[in-house]
This record gives sequence, C-alpha cells and structure tokens, in this order.
Amino acid sequence: MTTLSQRPTAHLSDPRQEEQQSQAPAHAHHPDVRLFGLATFLVADGMTFAGFFAAYLTYRAVNPLPVNGEYELELLLPAVNTLVLLASSLTFHRGSKALMASRMAACRGWLLLTAALGVAFMAGQMWEYFHLPFGLTDNLFASTFYALTGFHGLHVTLGAMMIFIVWWQAGREGYFTAENHFGFAAAELYWHFVDGVWVVLFALLYLL
Amino acid sequence: MTTSALPASPHHREPNPMEPHHMDVQHHTPWYEYFGFSLDHKVIGIQYLVTGFFFYLVGGALAGMIRVELVTPLSDFMTRDTYNQVLTLHGTIMIFLWIVPVVNGAFGNYLVPFYVGARDMAFPRLNAVAFWMLPPAGFLLLSSYFIGGAAQAGWTAYPPLSITTPAVGQIIWIVSVLLLGGSSIFGAVNFIATVLKLRRPGLGLFQLPMFCWAMLGTSVLVVLATPVLAGALILLSMDIVAGTGFFNPALGGNAVVYQHLFWFYSHPAVYIMVLPAFGLVSEILPIHARKPLFGYRSMIYSILGIVFLGLIVWAHHMFTSGTPPWMRLFFTIATAIIAVPTGIKFFNWLATLWQGKLALNSALLFCCGFIFNFVFGGITGVALAQVPFDVHVHDTYFVVAHFHYIVFGGTVFVIFAAIYHWFPKASGRLLNEHLGRFHCLLSFLGFNICFFPQHWLGLNGMPRRVAEYDPQFQLINQISSVGALLLAISTLPFLINVVWSLWKGAPAGDNPWRACTAEWLTSSPPPVENWLHEAPLVTEPYDYGSAEDAMPVTTVQGRELWSAGR
Amino acid sequence: MPIPASILTLAAGILLALVSLWVGQNINLMPVAAADDASAVDALFKVLLSIGVGLLLGITAMLVVALIHFRRRDGDHLDGPAVEGNLPLEVFWTAVPAIVILILGVYSYDIYARMGGMADFNHHTSMAPQEVQQASLGHPADPETVIWGGIDHAEGMAFPVEVTAMQFAFIFHYPQQNFTTGELHLPLGQPVELRLKSNDVIHAFWVPEFRLKQDVIPGQPTLLSFTANRQGDYDIICAELCGAYHGGMRSKVVVEDPRNFEEWLVRNTPATVATAPDPSPTA
Repeated sequence: MTTLSQRPTAHLSDPRQEEQQSQAPAHAHHPDVRLFGLATFLVADGMTFAGFFAAYLTYRAVNPLPVNGEYELELLLPAVNTLVLLASSLTFHRGSKALMASRMAACRGWLLLTAALGVAFMAGQMWEYFHLPFGLTDNLFASTFYALTGFHGLHVTLGAMMIFIVWWQAGREGYFTAENHFGFAAAELYWHFVDGVWVVLFALLYLL
Repeated sequence: MTTSALPASPHHREPNPMEPHHMDVQHHTPWYEYFGFSLDHKVIGIQYLVTGFFFYLVGGALAGMIRVELVTPLSDFMTRDTYNQVLTLHGTIMIFLWIVPVVNGAFGNYLVPFYVGARDMAFPRLNAVAFWMLPPAGFLLLSSYFIGGAAQAGWTAYPPLSITTPAVGQIIWIVSVLLLGGSSIFGAVNFIATVLKLRRPGLGLFQLPMFCWAMLGTSVLVVLATPVLAGALILLSMDIVAGTGFFNPALGGNAVVYQHLFWFYSHPAVYIMVLPAFGLVSEILPIHARKPLFGYRSMIYSILGIVFLGLIVWAHHMFTSGTPPWMRLFFTIATAIIAVPTGIKFFNWLATLWQGKLALNSALLFCCGFIFNFVFGGITGVALAQVPFDVHVHDTYFVVAHFHYIVFGGTVFVIFAAIYHWFPKASGRLLNEHLGRFHCLLSFLGFNICFFPQHWLGLNGMPRRVAEYDPQFQLINQISSVGALLLAISTLPFLINVVWSLWKGAPAGDNPWRACTAEWLTSSPPPVENWLHEAPLVTEPYDYGSAEDAMPVTTVQGRELWSAGR
Repeated sequence: MPIPASILTLAAGILLALVSLWVGQNINLMPVAAADDASAVDALFKVLLSIGVGLLLGITAMLVVALIHFRRRDGDHLDGPAVEGNLPLEVFWTAVPAIVILILGVYSYDIYARMGGMADFNHHTSMAPQEVQQASLGHPADPETVIWGGIDHAEGMAFPVEVTAMQFAFIFHYPQQNFTTGELHLPLGQPVELRLKSNDVIHAFWVPEFRLKQDVIPGQPTLLSFTANRQGDYDIICAELCGAYHGGMRSKVVVEDPRNFEEWLVRNTPATVATAPDPSPTA
C-alpha cells in the first residue's frame, strides 16, 4: 500500500463501531443515531416556534392594538402551569434515572406522574381558554395568543400520548433496558424540548 | 503521470464489464421496486429523479403556456385568472417539485451514502416516507386546478391577495407546500445524520467529497429555514379559514410580517437549490478535467459562508416594501458580501479546468454552460443587491431573467450534467454523447435566447406576472418565446437519448470516467448494499494527476488500513 | 519568437477593461431619465454594467480558452498536473471582489441616501393637526396615518399628492385643491411628495422613467418624494401581482411646466375650495 505511507490522514474512530463493521461485512451496522436525528428535527420544530415568536414580537413592536384591545392576562394559573410543566421534566428525568438503575416499577411510576402532570397542564390551559375575555379573531394579540399556545398545546398533547405509550411499553418485560431504550429517550428529549419552549413562550406572552 | 487503469486491489473483486453476467442476479433491483416503498437509497434517489422530471415536464408545459400568452401584448390565449393560476403553479412546481427534490432528494440520496462509505442513509424508512410525501403533494397541487381553480397569488402567496383570491385553491396550495416542506425537512435530518454520524471508520470530515459538504450545508439551511415557512403558511391558512388577521390589514394585521417569514425561508431556498448543484459540479469537473479540485478547503469555507450569509439576506426581496432604512442598509451589504464566497467557488472551478485534460463530453459542457449562466445571474444578482437599482427593477422581468439564470441556467444545467455523469453508474449504460452535446447546445441557445432579452424588458418597464403588456415590448417577448420553444425542443433529444440508451446504450463498465470517488468503485448498477465487500476508504476523492505514485486512486481496503493504523 | 504569456495576459486584461468601460458608457439599456435622481441611478447602473461585462467576458474567455486549449487530445490518457490550490491566488480572488463589493455598497448607499431612502419616518405622519394632538394625548396613533417607509428627501417642502391604489387602478387626490383624478399631473422641476395607500391588496407604484418604485401596502401608508425634471407623459405601472387585471393596472403621469400645471390645477379645482390652499400639513 504505497499510498498509505504518504497519506497518514485516516483516523481511527470508536473501536466499538469498528468491531461492528468488521464482524458484519455484508450488512451495515451503524451506531444508533436516531436520537441525533430527533434532536435535529427538534431544531427544525424549534424554528417554527421561533418564527411565531418573531411574528409576535414584530406585531408588538409595530402594530398598535385598537383602543381597549389590550387585555391583562391572568398570571396565577399560567405561572402554576409553568411550574407543573417544569416539575414534569424533573419527574421524567427521575424516571430515566430509575430506568438506568433497572428499577422498572419506579420508572413506570415516574412516567405516570409525568403524564399526569402533562394532562394537568392541558387541563389548566383549557380552563384558561374558557375563561379568557377574548376569542380567536378578536384582534391581533388574541389571534397570536391562541396560535402560539395552541401550537404548543398540540405539542404537549402529542408528548403526553408518547409518554403513555412509553409507560405501556415499559410494562413489558425487557422492552426497555438500561442500554437499549430509544423510545424512552426520544420521548424524554421531546418532553424537555416542549417544556423549554413553554418557558420562552410564557416569558414572551405573559411576562413581557 | 498516472495511468488510466483502475488498480486492481487484491481484496476487491473487480467485476469485468465485458463478462455477460457480471451482475449478480440477487443484487439486481427488480423494476417493480421503483414503484414501491423501497428503503434502498439508490432506488429512492431514482424515484426522486423520475418524479421530479415528470413535474419538470408539467412545469415546463405551464411555462410554455405563459410564453404563448406573452407572444401578443393582449391577454388573449387564456383568461386572466387562468394565467395567474398557471404562473403560480409554474413557480411552485419548478421549485418545490423539481429542483429542490431533485438536487437534494435524487442526487443527495444516490450519492451521499457512497461518499461517506455507508450501505444506506441513516434512516432508510424516514427516507422512503419523505419521498412518498412528494407524489401526493404534487398531484394534490395539480388537482386544485380542476376543483375550483388553483391558487393564483403567485408562488410567493403574498397576503392580502392570497386571502382574497378563491380559498380552495389557496388552501390546497398551502397543504401541498407544507407536505413538500415536511418532506424536505425529513430529508435534511437524514442527510445531516448520514454525513456527520455514518461516515465509515477512518474517513474524516475534511476528506469527504465536496458534495457531502454541500448537502450538509443545504440540510442545515433546510432545518433552520423551512419550518419558518411552515409557520407562516399555518398562520396564512388561519387567516383564510378561521378569519384571523395575522396578515390581513383589514383586520389589524401586518402583511409585511408574512413577507419576512416567507423570505426567511425562500431566500435560503435559493441556496437549498444551488448549493447541492455547486457540490455536483465540484464532483463532475475534476473527473472530466483530470485534475484535483482546486482549493478544497476554500470550497468548504465558502459553502459555510454561503450558509451563514444565506440566512441573513432575506429582506433584499423587500427593498420596496417600506422596510426601515437600517434594514435596507444591512441587507444590501450582507447580500453583496455573499457574492464573495460564491465567487471563490467559480474561480476555483476555473482553476480546476485550467491546464486540465478536458474531456468535452456532455457532463463537462453542461457544467461550463452552468458556469456561464450562473456567473451571469450572479452579476445581475449583485446589481440587484444595490438598493437604488433594485428600486427600479424590483418585480420586473429583470428579476425574472435574473432568477432564471440562477435556477434554470444554473441549477437545471447542473442536473443535466449530473444525469449525463451518473447515468452510467445507475443504469450500467452510457448515454449517447452526440445526442447529449446536441442537447447541451440546444439548451444553452434556447435558454439564453429566452431569458437574455428579458433583462432589457425589465429595465424598460415590463413588470413581471402580467398577461398583457405595452405593445413596444412585443418583438422582444416574441424572441423570448422562440427561445422557450427551443428549450422545450431541447428536451426531446434528451428523452430519446435516455430511452434509447437504457435499452441499447453502450455498456458503461464500472468506472467509465476513471473516477476516484467511492460510487465508481463498485459495479454499475451497484449492488443493493453498494459494495459486495467492504466499503472502500477514499480519503483523497480528487486524487487525479498525482505524479509521484503510480496509483491514481487512493482506495485502501478498510481492514488493511485499520491494521496499519494499529 | 513566441510572445510571453505574461504580455498576452496583460494585453488581454487591458483590452477587457477598455471593452467593458466602453460598453458601460455607450450602451444604453435604460429608458429616458425624467427625475432628478434618475441620472444617479443610471450612473450606478453604468458602473455595474462595466464591472459586470468585464467579469462575464473575462470568465467566459477563460472558459473558452480552457475548453479549446486544454481539451483532451485523442489517445491522451494522462492526467493534468496535480495542482490542489494556490494560497496567494485564492487570497487575491477573495480580496479583490470583497473590496469591489464594499466600494459598490458605499457608492449605492450614497446614492440611496441622496434620493431620500434613508429618511427617518418615526415622527412623520400625514395626519391632520388635530389628530396629531389627539394621538399625543395618549390615544395610540391610527396605523392608517403613520408613514411606514418610503423615499423622502423633500423635508416637507414638497407638493403633496395622495395616491390610492385599488384593484385595478390608481386614484390621485390633490389635498390642497381637494379634487381627485385618474391621471397624475406633476409640475416640472418642483419637489413632489406622493402619499401612497392601498385599499385592498399590495400594489406597487412604478414609473420606469423616474427609476422609482414603492410598494403600496394596505394598512401601511408609504411616501415617495422626488422631482420630475423632464416634460412628457410616462406610464405608471403596478409592479406587484394584485389580481386578475394586474397587467392592465396602469395609469399616466404627465409632467408639465409649472404654468401649465397651475392652469390644470385651477381647471380641475372645484370652485368652492379654490381659495387659499392651507400650508402643507406635513410640516
């Protein structure tokens, strides 16, 4: 291999990958990059929210609302809701810790608690929707409010459904192990993302 | 000086193209797989290409209708409503169903796994899903013409016009573009994971062929920009369906916010279309010029520069929209600066050709056509970045000419170059070079006759998207329409060539161009998992003309390298 | 004796520069210029044209020379030289375009600032005085009367005309005389200020001979001020897709000398308000 000596450019990567590759020459066994893919997708999802936020901030800056068009938003319930959602991130994290320690019962308990907190959040949102003094088409602020919270609510709903599925899967013997638990990790990453988006949304919509 | 022969590596069985049964039967892709939910990246790539080409013909027919309408100054070929539907569909189809899916989906899928030394993309199932979102979206879009009329607010769909035109067509347009955008995002997620995470052991990022970098940059743009368009379209659909007023000034909304969100995607969309084309040119030129790609590192940095700058130039589409002065200043400078990394790429390509041994075949000639056309479009682009000049020609035929020089003269020429270049790999047969060069000449003449005169039209007062115009412009419009006719005719030799060559073309062999990159180091067409044996390690994808060592192709069997590394 | 390549290159470079300068100066692609700043835009365009022609011809020449001179001869299976880069050359062709671009940017910014494109509209309203008072008393300004952008360098001295765009016509209202027409008349050599607003969708007001275009966006009134300096009839063209009859949405602007213009104004002014036009409300 004459070329080899002249080009010491190749780097050896993770020996584990190498092992996999050399053991199975006929078929591709590549490292599991699904979480990486999900993270990339969440960047895209986050950009959708970023677009909405940018639109909202632009409206605030340049489009004055009509007289009496500004509403004081009730702060208590959303603040509690924020805490609920943050707590749910924590409980999911505890569930993940339990899974790592192979304590499946505890893991399922934490998952159920997380899902319950998610549902509680949605219930709070619904209650707020029904008690707001404005409807979807009342003015620009109202429309933006519903669009933002609604789009986020859709994400929470989807996340809660994912958690229920993961909870059910975790009940099956050996479905998730400390080493192999993509579904679980994906749901967790997604849930943290949804929580993070809510914090920004809460700050922009309610506090600003 | 190096020789032409591909070195026969002792561990890599080189199938002999002269042998009648050199293709393993079990590795031959059956025809029906091309119509099904295949997970093979090569099948998906070809599915993208053929689907895209179908929509290219549809979009081309629509363009033909536009040029027929513009033969006379009066609106006499179709109704004005139909004309606006036609131009909306033309733009939408050509961008979202032809160029974006083909340069990304078709060539990206076909080539990137080869280049990173993988058996397939990172997420084959997602890949197939992304492709199969395309045909429904396309046919949905076309069907809207028959149910109540297609959208007629242009591919930009500016509100409030898009809110006031018939809702059914506009909503179908939005759903269709959302589907296509979703498909694009799935594809991008796949490309990013494949390039960053699936590289064969031993293959570094700075050893990748340029096309991988182009796809990486493009995919970053898709992931960052497309969702913003999706958000804008969701809000627009709420304006249309639910009666909100985000973009409807009559309800207190702000029409310009839509323009910002729209162009935040749609300007990078230009780079989503041309960056992969740049990558393809960087693959094709060195092979047919028998020289290494000039300035490998600067090519990479200019891609990264284009990606970054591409995200912060969008408001140059809105210089006349009453945007604040500081914005116009900022976006003028950013837009002009993007010419610098783009220019670097073109100078590098010229330097790659210089002193080479140019094979004047269809692939290389189409690339040269691309260089001429894109430089032309780039020059008018820099001119358009200058606000005082843009104020005059914005939304005129000057702009129409400019972006056709970029996306047609640029990108579509590269698509054809790439087809001539990789057809032998995908089919095992060569395309006819005489027909190919004829196709190239006809396309080049037709294209320039069609679009060159349109610059003058724009400078002198013909706005875009009009079905009727001042009679003083008739002659130039007729010349332009003749060019369009030539362009349409130029597709015929190509179609004949493809059909005839698939059936009777000369056998290509595995590596007809004596290329270094990994897709040529396997049979033509390649087996299902790309290589019968281990993936070759190509650390110098442009290793042409190395005088000192006798091996023109740096392929080392992976296992040997690893043992050497130890 | 063969001529050295460096001399050939130099000669080609000089020829290229001369040709592109000649093209820029002598090939006129623009319609006649009929406004004060139009000639500045044309001067910019000439510079752009010269640079563009030079660049395009240079690159095309290199491409053609490469295709002919470096074409592969029959039976030649050797590769070209393994040149992978040339740092000084790459720095050169990065730096030169960057400098040219920056100079161009400064130049076009200068022209645009002179045209009035960098004007500050923050305190600029077209409201009647009592409305301004109302607004300052705490009521938010009506967005319909705030000027959102445009081109303005007349600083309130200009003759005002209100332009309303609608599907599919422009309507001109002369506020000082209080009458409305479908054809815009402007005085020669006198600054005018068009206040543009739209009733339905986005339109764009374009007069190619003035080299001026301004989008007319519903809910966002804009301003366009300039001085016409050449008598004649010019087309006003809608340049933003606004619906089925977009192509037919045109009008006419008549630039006439101030005396004729005054006559035209008087002829059209309704008798009741013909006296003492109030001072410009933009002041």
